[in-house]
Order: sequence, then structure tokens, then C-alpha cells
Amino acid sequence: MHDLIRRYGTGLTTLFCLLVAFWLLVLIILPNFSMLFESFFPYLPVADQGGPKDVFTLGNYEKILANPIETAWFGVPVTIPIHVNTFVDTVFFSALVTFMTLILAYPLAYFLAKVASPRSIPTLLLLLFIPMWVSEALRAFAWYIILTFNGPLNAALKALGIIDQSIRWQNGIVTSYDAIVIVLTYCYVLFMLFPIYTAITSLDTNQIEAAEDLGSPWWRTHWRVVIPHAKPGIASGCVMVFMLSAGSLLVPTVVGSTKANWFPQTIYTWFNDALDWNTGAAYSMIFLLVCIIFVILMMRLFKVKLSDIAR
Amino acid sequence: MSRNRALLGQLYFGLFILYLLVPLIVMAGAAFNDSKLPTVAPWKGFTWKWFGELWADQVMWGAFVNSILVALAVVALAVPIGTAAAIVLNSISGKYRATLYGFMVAPVLAPGLVIGISTVLFWNQIGTTVGAPGTWPFGRGLHLATLGQVSYIAAYVMLLVLARLQSFDPGLEEAALDLGASHGQVLRRILLPHLYPAVAASAAIAFFQSIENFNVTLFTKANETTLTVYVFSQVRAGITPKINALAFILILLTLVLALAYEMNRRRRARIEAERQAEARRAEEAMLL
Repeated sequence: MHDLIRRYGTGLTTLFCLLVAFWLLVLIILPNFSMLFESFFPYLPVADQGGPKDVFTLGNYEKILANPIETAWFGVPVTIPIHVNTFVDTVFFSALVTFMTLILAYPLAYFLAKVASPRSIPTLLLLLFIPMWVSEALRAFAWYIILTFNGPLNAALKALGIIDQSIRWQNGIVTSYDAIVIVLTYCYVLFMLFPIYTAITSLDTNQIEAAEDLGSPWWRTHWRVVIPHAKPGIASGCVMVFMLSAGSLLVPTVVGSTKANWFPQTIYTWFNDALDWNTGAAYSMIFLLVCIIFVILMMRLFKVKLSDIAR
Repeated sequence: MSRNRALLGQLYFGLFILYLLVPLIVMAGAAFNDSKLPTVAPWKGFTWKWFGELWADQVMWGAFVNSILVALAVVALAVPIGTAAAIVLNSISGKYRATLYGFMVAPVLAPGLVIGISTVLFWNQIGTTVGAPGTWPFGRGLHLATLGQVSYIAAYVMLLVLARLQSFDPGLEEAALDLGASHGQVLRRILLPHLYPAVAASAAIAFFQSIENFNVTLFTKANETTLTVYVFSQVRAGITPKINALAFILILLTLVLALAYEMNRRRRARIEAERQAEARRAEEAMLL
């Protein structure tokens, strides 16, 4: 701090600190405290606000345990509150999306970092960037067109003779979340690709060649040399994709079936349709908590620091 | 073996690009289909009429203008905040640095809807405290969308500027101060020119991140919408291919920008190569 004052004087240092304080306090910390605070108070009509009913309560959090429904997990029938069910589904299918993007992106990242000729890399990267610059709303919409009942996918499959009857893709084949998983994977695969690519680039190619010269089969070279080195990138990609998928409201609303509920949709319904901001706050606190747990889990699992993940 | 692997890699890359592009091509193609529903099959004939409808859509134009205004406001706030944060962070070390860093990058990882809800609740609470809840600037609206977006976009700016600061030689500032420069001059003439590439890049990123933003905006907006939210509401309400026309224009714009970027890069690479060749020739001439 003394160093700052010596270089830029009291006036400019104060300005810097004020800007940072505005950011951290007014835009980040206080709003989150506000959300935590509101989540413990009931939603009341204006007349009752500040009255005897306006007291500390856990009622908003208890709402997630209401309305049990019958459902089945992997064929095992369970009775579970409807919002908890949505929540579990969201976490499970977001993890699935994360896994699928990892499988899709890793070979490509390795190809770009170690196999492709360095001269062509900028052009190849640009080719990958172009779809990412198209807005997420439009990318989801593109899949809505493809998957729709009278859409090109059904028409193409019928023309090829693979299917006789049009399929309702949006209702899903395996689970009702099929369409959401496909489109989320499409939307976020590049968020997995770039961190892994960056991580593999910094690996010395000699290490790979040494492993091969010593007789290591290709899969062991990857398992023992490349993947350990790419760990920070993989962790970063996993965190980004999981957060984006679990937090997506757009994709599930555009391509999801009525049977597939995503937790952000539940939050949005409380917040915007029921206008119950307090319960919305409680639900998003629960959501935020799980996100924090996921980040910590990833940091432990891959033994990386926060500065490796957020870059 | 190695050639096989390269071939396999290229094949995979080609398929991957196809996977990324085909949905966009289908969407753009549907903009020209003379069908009430946005689709390419069945093809009912070529038409330009959806572009005409898009042009006549006042709501779309309003949303477009809003998107640009919000993005400009986000740039105007996030760039100074992020730059100041990078300078402050760079000047401290040890335990506090890690804590501060954690708080600064947390919004990048936080889900957009959490940022949106917390922003709305915070300003509403201030509104209630001063006795004017729901009125400007405490009620929902695009100004809150701007603030919500700044909270995480400033972190991108901070990260880019911080990276650039690593290559800065603080000795230059010392020298300027010793030679009698004022603090303002040190900032304006020494530090900012060095940071300029990172600041410019982060301004561009901030602008496009803001245009792209959906989650924060959806929770913080009132009646006025931005382009992304407009597309969303159109898709939800049952769409006409007018949105495909919009998508076509936006994809075309992206392609033109990407092409301009690539040409510029190649031109620079060529100039650089020529310069190196010239240096080599000069060196050889010296040796002779």
C-alpha cells in the first residue's frame, strides 16, 4: 500500500481503492449478504411488512422439502420432494454434461497442442472460436430447430431409412433430459477445450517422446504423463462447464420437455412468477452452496489452487 | 505411426468443426425458407420476407439499442474497476493478496442467476430503507442488469490487466519519479501505455460478454429487454423465422469480424517474417 502511495500519490491511490471497494462491497459482498438475510424472512404483502409476522424463519428453506412425488432412480422407485428431485437431476445431468465435454474436448486439445503443425494453430483456433462468438440463445435455438418434431433431424433420418416414424426428441429417448444434455454439451464444450489446450501446450514434448521411447503404450503415456500435466486445465474446464450447465436457464427452457425441470427454472418461477423473492433467495442460497462445494471438491480432487481454476 | 495419429487428429478436428457449424448453418438456412415455422425441411421455397419482418420489428430495435447501451455502460464501469483492482492487487503480497484475489474471481464462478437475484434484493433493501422501494434506481431495470454484469465482467478485466502487469518494469516508474514526474504523469505516461493492449482487449471482451449475457439480465430487468432476452422470449412464445433472419445477420457479422482478424494477423505475420529475413540478409552482408 505504501508502495502505491509512493508511486501514484494519495489522490490516485484513494481513487483505486474506492473503485475496488465499490466493486467488492457494493457489487459482490453486500448483495450476497442481502440475499442470505432475505432468505430467512417470510414473503409478506406490503401491509404485513415490519409487522408481527415479519420474523426470522427457516420456512423458505423448508419449502424445498414439500410435495413428495413418486419417481425412479435407475429403476429403483423412490419418494422424494419434487424440488429436491429437480435439484438432484440438475446436479446429476450437469455432471454428465461435464463428463461428456471432457471426453469430447481432451483428444482435440491434445491434437491442437501436440500434433497439429504450429503454423496452422491460429487459423484452427479461430475456426473453433467462430461458433463460440454466436450467442448462447441462438445456439440453443439452432438445436430447437434441429430437434423439433417436424424438423431436419427426423426428416434426414427418415430419408436415410433409419427410422419410420418421427421421434419426439425433446421428450427424450433414454431420459427426459436427453435434449438438455445434448444442447448443453454443444454449448459448453469449448469452455472445456481451451483450458485443457493451454495446459497441454506447456508440457515439454520430450517427455512424451521419452515415454514412448521407453516403450509406454499410448494410453499409458496419456494416463501417466499428459493427463497429470493437464490437471489444472481439466479442473478449470470441469468447474466452468459444471457451473454453466447447472446455472443455465436458457437451454432447459428452450429445448427441455415439460417433464424435465432444471433447478434454475424452479428458482425463476419463485422469483418471477410467484414473486416470492424470499423463497427464491433461499433456493439460490442452496444452489450457491452446492456450487461452492463443487469448486472445493474439484480443488481437492485435482490438488489445484483457485488461481489455477479462474483464469 | 506419427503420421497416422496426425491424420486421425485432423479427421477428428474436421468432424468437430462440422459438429459446431452444422446447427448454425441449419439455423441460418431456415431464415430463407418460405414457411411459417423456422425449419429447413420441408423446404417451401426461397424468400427474403423474414428480413423485412425483422426490420419492421420495433421491439427488436429497442432491444438492440438497449443491448448496446448496457454493453457500453458495462465497459465504462468494468474497465476502470478491473484495471484499478489489478494495480492494487499487484502492489500487495502474502495472505491478503490470496483473500482479495478470491473475492475478486468468485463472481466469475458464481452462477449468473445468483448474481442477478442478489443484486435485485440488495437494491430493493436499500430502497426499503430509504423509503422508496421499487422506484428508480432501487427497482428492477437495465441499470441493475448493468451493475450485476459489472460484478463479474470486472474480474475478466482484472485478470487480463494483472497478466500484463507481470511484464511491467517498475523501475521505469522510479526513474520517472526521480526525474520529477508527477504521480498523474507516471500513471498516464508510463503505466497506462504499457497496459494499453490488455485494457483494449478487456474492453472488447467486456462489451461482448455484456451483449451475450442472459442470466443476470433476465433476473434484474423490468420491462425493457436486451437482444438476448428478446430472442429468448420470442423462442418461448412460438417463433417465426424472423429470429433466423436475425441469427443469419449475427453469424455473418461474426464471420466478417473473424475474417478481418485473420487477415490482419496474416499480414502482421508476413511483415514480421520479411523483417526477419531482411535482418538475416543484413547480417550475412556484414559477414561478407
